[in-house]
Amino acid sequence: MEFFIQLLVNGLSIGFLYGLAAMGFVMIFKASSVLNFAHGELMALGAFVFLVLISWAGLPVYLAFPLALIGCFILGFVVERLFLRPLIGEPLIYVIMLTVGLASIFKGIMLFIWGGNLYTFPDFLPAGLAIHWGSVNIPPVYVVSIAIGLIFLMLFGLFFKYSSQGIYMRSVADNQPAALSLGVHVRKVFALSWAIAALVAGMSGIVLGTINGINVHDLSSIGLKVFPVVILGGLDSIGGAVIGGIIIGLLETFTGGYLSTSLRDVVPYMALVFILMVKPYGLFGLVEIERV
Amino acid sequence: MRKLRFHPCGNFNERYEQELTIFETDFGRASLVVGLVILFAVIPYASGPYLLYVLNMVAITAIAAIGLNILIGFTGLLSLGHGAFFGVGAYAAAILATDAGFPFLLAVPSAGLITAMVGTLFGLPSWRLKGLYLTIATLAGQFIIEYLLVHWEGLTKGTMGIVLPGISIFGMALDSDRSFFYIAYICLIVMTLLAVNLMRTSYGRAFIAIRDNDRAAEGMGIPILSYKLLSFAISSFYAGVAGALWAYYMISITTEPFNLGLSVEYIAMVIIGGLGSIVGSIYGALFIVGLNEGLRWLTGILMSVDMLSSMGLSMAPLREIAFGAAIVLFILLEPRGLAEVWRIIRSNFRLWPFSY
Repeated sequence: MEFFIQLLVNGLSIGFLYGLAAMGFVMIFKASSVLNFAHGELMALGAFVFLVLISWAGLPVYLAFPLALIGCFILGFVVERLFLRPLIGEPLIYVIMLTVGLASIFKGIMLFIWGGNLYTFPDFLPAGLAIHWGSVNIPPVYVVSIAIGLIFLMLFGLFFKYSSQGIYMRSVADNQPAALSLGVHVRKVFALSWAIAALVAGMSGIVLGTINGINVHDLSSIGLKVFPVVILGGLDSIGGAVIGGIIIGLLETFTGGYLSTSLRDVVPYMALVFILMVKPYGLFGLVEIERV
Repeated sequence: MRKLRFHPCGNFNERYEQELTIFETDFGRASLVVGLVILFAVIPYASGPYLLYVLNMVAITAIAAIGLNILIGFTGLLSLGHGAFFGVGAYAAAILATDAGFPFLLAVPSAGLITAMVGTLFGLPSWRLKGLYLTIATLAGQFIIEYLLVHWEGLTKGTMGIVLPGISIFGMALDSDRSFFYIAYICLIVMTLLAVNLMRTSYGRAFIAIRDNDRAAEGMGIPILSYKLLSFAISSFYAGVAGALWAYYMISITTEPFNLGLSVEYIAMVIIGGLGSIVGSIYGALFIVGLNEGLRWLTGILMSVDMLSSMGLSMAPLREIAFGAAIVLFILLEPRGLAEVWRIIRSNFRLWPFSY
């Protein structure tokens, strides 16, 4: 029973992180229907920028964290401007392959600078944040990550519901020509959604890096694990991303704990095929109805 | 004898058959014959073992790339599992050749058929899905096949790998690079002809109709699910044949190469070569294999410079950057790929010197 509860807690926390990582992904998809294969690399970039700021430049956390996020924000903006904007209106496969190419370039650059080694952040979280509850042990990193995740989730909810930019984004996602004709600056919306998505990706990269250490290959493979998560939650639902993340996280830890550790990495994808066959638009995704 | 056709000044086709011909001009037909003669009579004897190895790899990858182009470029289904299908072909050939004792001539097509079956299985999600969702389903297929290759140890011997017997056809041992060159290029030519001609049949037109508008295609009476599955099967058949040839050429195979990176590499070939162009896939394969080898050569030179090697410069990052840059630049600058570049070059010569 203790084992079960520990697994449950681990699964929840890992799942929450997946959800966090998936949020930025859904953001881009929602605004511009682009599947971003460079998501894992954006996460890794965020983590490395944070690493440089905190351990090599020696900045305090409260300064390094926002700075790293601002860096990601600008990066997302630049990426959209340079690479994605020329492709507005082009067939899907080009856009997807462009993000694959970008992923490759980012990965190469990171391997070039930092190599394939595992780095760790210096320990900056106070140990007092840890939660001990009976036999259950939640390390401070998880507590902080869940807190950050909840804050971001709330901010996004409010952003999409009340801010004008958020409403523009929703309108573009819903019907691009209609949004254009009503005077929404679609290109600005795309740029902003990429910038915000890169910011969220960087944030989740930093959080994941705090837990597992930072390694280019690990973080980019988590970027692929985002796919089962978003498919389960529904490609265009931010809340669904978090719930999908938790389900996938639980599935993974329980498979790893009870069945076999090697099955752990492939189970999300098996689940993915199953979900696609049964409920193609996920739990909370918008069902696309085709009309001729 | 009919009149020879050279470059016409415009479109003078009067019948649909003229529209469907493989060679627009007799000049193209003649240059193909000359090219084939050079390919088979001169190149294997004029090139050293390293160049032969590279050319053999080009032929193998080109076969697989043609297969992927049928799926992506003609049917419009983006698959991220082609590398895994290539691996299935390699393993099928290896297992058939060692455990079942199949001869080379039988093992390669059977490997293709087995891969076609596996491909159809993983194409089944196209029953309900299309576009992005189907792409993600094939991504899952890639991971699942990769997992099975590593962990189904009773069949694939896991990470130990399998060692294949040498190639022999009717008792004749053909295990030099040069004899493999003939095998690989004959396969490539047969497969290219098959693909080119497939696209001239009603099947090919049905694929193109599905790519252009699947609802309209369905409305015109094309059963789209079975055609999509057929496209998956044909595409994986190509991957399987290529994988089988690769396995025979490499002699010993392990599970490592068949990862997502390989799938992405194949898509890159198709895009760089030109979507919806069979010959383009060969250009794409040539480009990517050439890029890989060129980078290896470059890294070799850089490694010999002491200062750089002390910095710990390695092949992997350089390769990733160059590869990514090639994809991005092609998509941004020439989305229709090398086939289009070649067409532009050719058409510039068409009416030379009065090119207006």
